[in-house]
This record gives sequence, structure tokens and C-alpha cells, in this order.
Amino acid sequence: MDINKDSTWEELTPGGTIYEAGNAREFKTGDWRSMTPVWIPEKCKQCGLCYPVCPDDAIPVGKDLCRGEFNYEYCKGCGICAKACPFKAIEMREEGK
Amino acid sequence: MSIRERLSGNEATAYAMKQINPDVVAAFPITPSTEIPQYFSTYVANGQVDTEFVAVESEHSAMSACIGAEAAGARAMTATSANGLEYMWEMVQIASSSRLPIVMGLVNRAISGPLNIHCDHTDAMSVRDAGWIMLFSENNQEAYDNMLMAHRIAEHKDVMLPLMVCQDGFITSHAIEAIQLEEDEKVKAFVGEYHPEHYLLDRDNPIAVGPMDLQPYLTEHKKQQAVAMANAKQVILDVAKEFEDMTGRHYEFFERYQMDDAEFVIVCMNSTAGTVKTVVDELREQGIKAGLLKIRVFRPFPGEEIADALRNAKAVAVLDKVPLVSNVGGPLYEDITSSMFNRGVHVNTINYTYGVGGRDVTADQIKSVYHDLQYTTDMSVPYRFLGLKEGK
Repeated sequence: MDINKDSTWEELTPGGTIYEAGNAREFKTGDWRSMTPVWIPEKCKQCGLCYPVCPDDAIPVGKDLCRGEFNYEYCKGCGICAKACPFKAIEMREEGK
Repeated sequence: MSIRERLSGNEATAYAMKQINPDVVAAFPITPSTEIPQYFSTYVANGQVDTEFVAVESEHSAMSACIGAEAAGARAMTATSANGLEYMWEMVQIASSSRLPIVMGLVNRAISGPLNIHCDHTDAMSVRDAGWIMLFSENNQEAYDNMLMAHRIAEHKDVMLPLMVCQDGFITSHAIEAIQLEEDEKVKAFVGEYHPEHYLLDRDNPIAVGPMDLQPYLTEHKKQQAVAMANAKQVILDVAKEFEDMTGRHYEFFERYQMDDAEFVIVCMNSTAGTVKTVVDELREQGIKAGLLKIRVFRPFPGEEIADALRNAKAVAVLDKVPLVSNVGGPLYEDITSSMFNRGVHVNTINYTYGVGGRDVTADQIKSVYHDLQYTTDMSVPYRFLGLKEGK
């Protein structure tokens, strides 16, 4: 299914129904962000308190259960992770600064 | 062989639903449509249908449940009136834009306030641009017949739009009249089974229904809905033809009653047409060329056909069973006159608001309309009241 912003009405599916599963990942919501969380690995103890509270899936976790860099394609900058971090290892900065 | 019976409009609708035997009925009681789910729930309790009956807590939930069921791949139905329809209004739009062919019985009633539970068409007119196919019914027979044809129209692959069958609250819904019912097996064969191409419970082909639809897409999806609505015209005629082959009862976009040489024409919908026919017969005996154009299909609006049917009239009155509070004409009048304008039909056309809140519509009032059509020359005030109590 190749639907994009230039698709005509004849090409779109009726009602906008998407004929595949797991398509939310196609919708990059990170550009809604006005505040950006910045991860400071030196302060991070890998305690695991930040990623369960992320309302999206913007904090990737490896097989070793350690977190990595934010996935900014989906992070909306809500700041819940920064609030949850006991070690001030996440700082919120204004987007674009 | 058809079966002779006597049923109210609500009973006839519930009986049609029993014969259709849908997968899901979700409904909440509201006067005057309450009896439809009430009778239907009796069929469920008696094991006469296979339907999952969902006794929801509100009309918003009724339409939501129908949307969920229909998206899952089921055939879902409901019924409501007036404020119930207003409460489901948000979901009514979502049903049509998600292209789910839900079928609803709408028993027309005034919208409060001040509080009134009796018939007018304000509820139907509040959803006239909601993307539903809208069929109107003069009596219990037409309410039954329209319901039997509903799924064939709504579920057609070129259409896939929800459909509502309207009838007048109390006047039709509660009056018991003679009716011809079709046999269960014939109805079952005529309506057929619903096998949607895409549905949520198809685990091998997962889909997402009703996703985000932003600036690059919504216009095109609305165009698709408009095309589907236009497609419905031919489907409605094809289904009517097949229905006539089965029952002998003829249906079109509208009924032409004494229209061949009519000079003075009333256009109206639902039960008032019965009163108008009586008056037309009486006037014809006096040599007055009166005619009636009774709208059956209001959405898709058959504007070109209506304009052509009115082309040779000397004067036309459009009766809107809704209060006119917009400083412009009623919805039926505005649709008809704009269709006439687009089609180059120039006939003096006046608009009456009548029968609001269940106000009785008498033969004498209809006669006064035909009188106005014959003798009115001043067209500066096309918007009028019929049966208004007014001081000097």
C-alpha cells in the first residue's frame, strides 16, 4: 500500500482504513515537542525508572535492560521521565535552544 | 404469498429487523422509537433471532457499539428518535466517514426544548449532511419495505454508507394499520448475508479503522463519501426494481401522485402525504389540477429529477415539518429551490413550516395551501406558517 501526501481520492482507501497492523510507528509525533529531554549518561545509574513511565515508546531499552539515547521521532517532551529520574540524569531544555 | 397483518410502524420495523436477523442490535429507549428495541428484545429473549442485543447506557454508546460491531465485520442495527439522535450525533458522523453500513430506524420527533415528544422532522434534518442515506416512509408499509431494502443499498460495494429509515413519530410509529409482510425465507434470500471485504476480526489481514486523517487526506476522503452517496442513486433504483419483482410494490426516489398534468404541486415527506393525497383527489373532482410529489429518498438528494418533475407546474409549495428559525427557508425547500435554480427551472415556489411538535395537519390546511398556490401572486414572502395561531 503506497499512500502518501500526493495520493488522489481514487487512490486512498475507503474511510482511511489502513490494511496493515502496527502502523502507529509510521506516524512520527516527535515534532509536536516544545521541550526536549536530554539524557546525561554520566549521571545515569540505569535504575530503570524512566522508561516504564514514558507514555509513548521514546526510551529504547536493550536486551541488557539498559536504556539508550531517546528516540526523538516519538518523544513529545512531556517531561515525565525527567520528573521520575532520582539522579537528575534527564534535563528538560527548550526545543531549539 | 405475502401475509396480511395489522401492525404499527414500530412493530413493522421490529418485524423487518427480526426477518433481517442482524448480528448486533445496540439501542437505548427513547420515545417514540422505544418500542422498536423493546419488540426486538422480545425476539431475542424468545430465541427467534441470533442477534447479540446490547442494552447500552446511552445513545452515544448505542451508535458506538454499532460502529465497533460493524467494523468487526458484523451487521449492526439500532433505532432512536430526537434527543437520542442528538446524543449519538458525534458517532453518527464517524459511522459514515468510516464507511460502515449501519442501518438505523429513526422515528421522527421534535427536538426539545421546550420539551416536546411529538412528531416533526427536526431530528432527521439535524443529520442531513452527516453522510447517511435517508429514506422516508409515508406509513407502516413503507417503513417495513424501506427497512427490507436498506442493507442491499447500504452494503453495496459502490456505496458502503450507513442508512436511516425515517417514519413519523406516533402518527406512523404508533398507529396500527393494515400491512403486507413478506415471508421469512424470501426476505432472507433478498437481504442476503454481509461479507465485508475488510474487517477487524479477520486475524490474517489486520486493519486499522478510523485512523488520524490530517490535512493531506481529509478532503479526498470526503470526496470518496460524496462519490459513494452519488453511487447510491443507481443502487437504490436497482434494489427497488428487484424488490418490486418480489413484492409488486413500486418505489422510486419520490412518488408522483397525479403529477402528469399537475399545475399546483405540494412537495412533502412522510405521513402528511396521506392527507395531501385525500385533498388532491377532492380537488381533482372539482377540476383543479392538483398534484403531490412525495419524497422517499432525501439523501442522496435527487435534485435533478425533482427539478424536472416540477418543471411544468404553475406553482409549488414545499412543506417543511421543521421550525423555520434561520431567516431562510426550510431544508427541503432550500434543497429543492437550489436544485431548480441549477436546472434552470423557474416556478414560483413557496415554503410552509407546519406540523411542528406534533401539531395536527388537517385536510383544510392542505386545501388552504392549494388555494394559496392558485391565487398568490405576491412572492415577496416565500416563507410561511401553516396552522399558526396569530393575532392581528
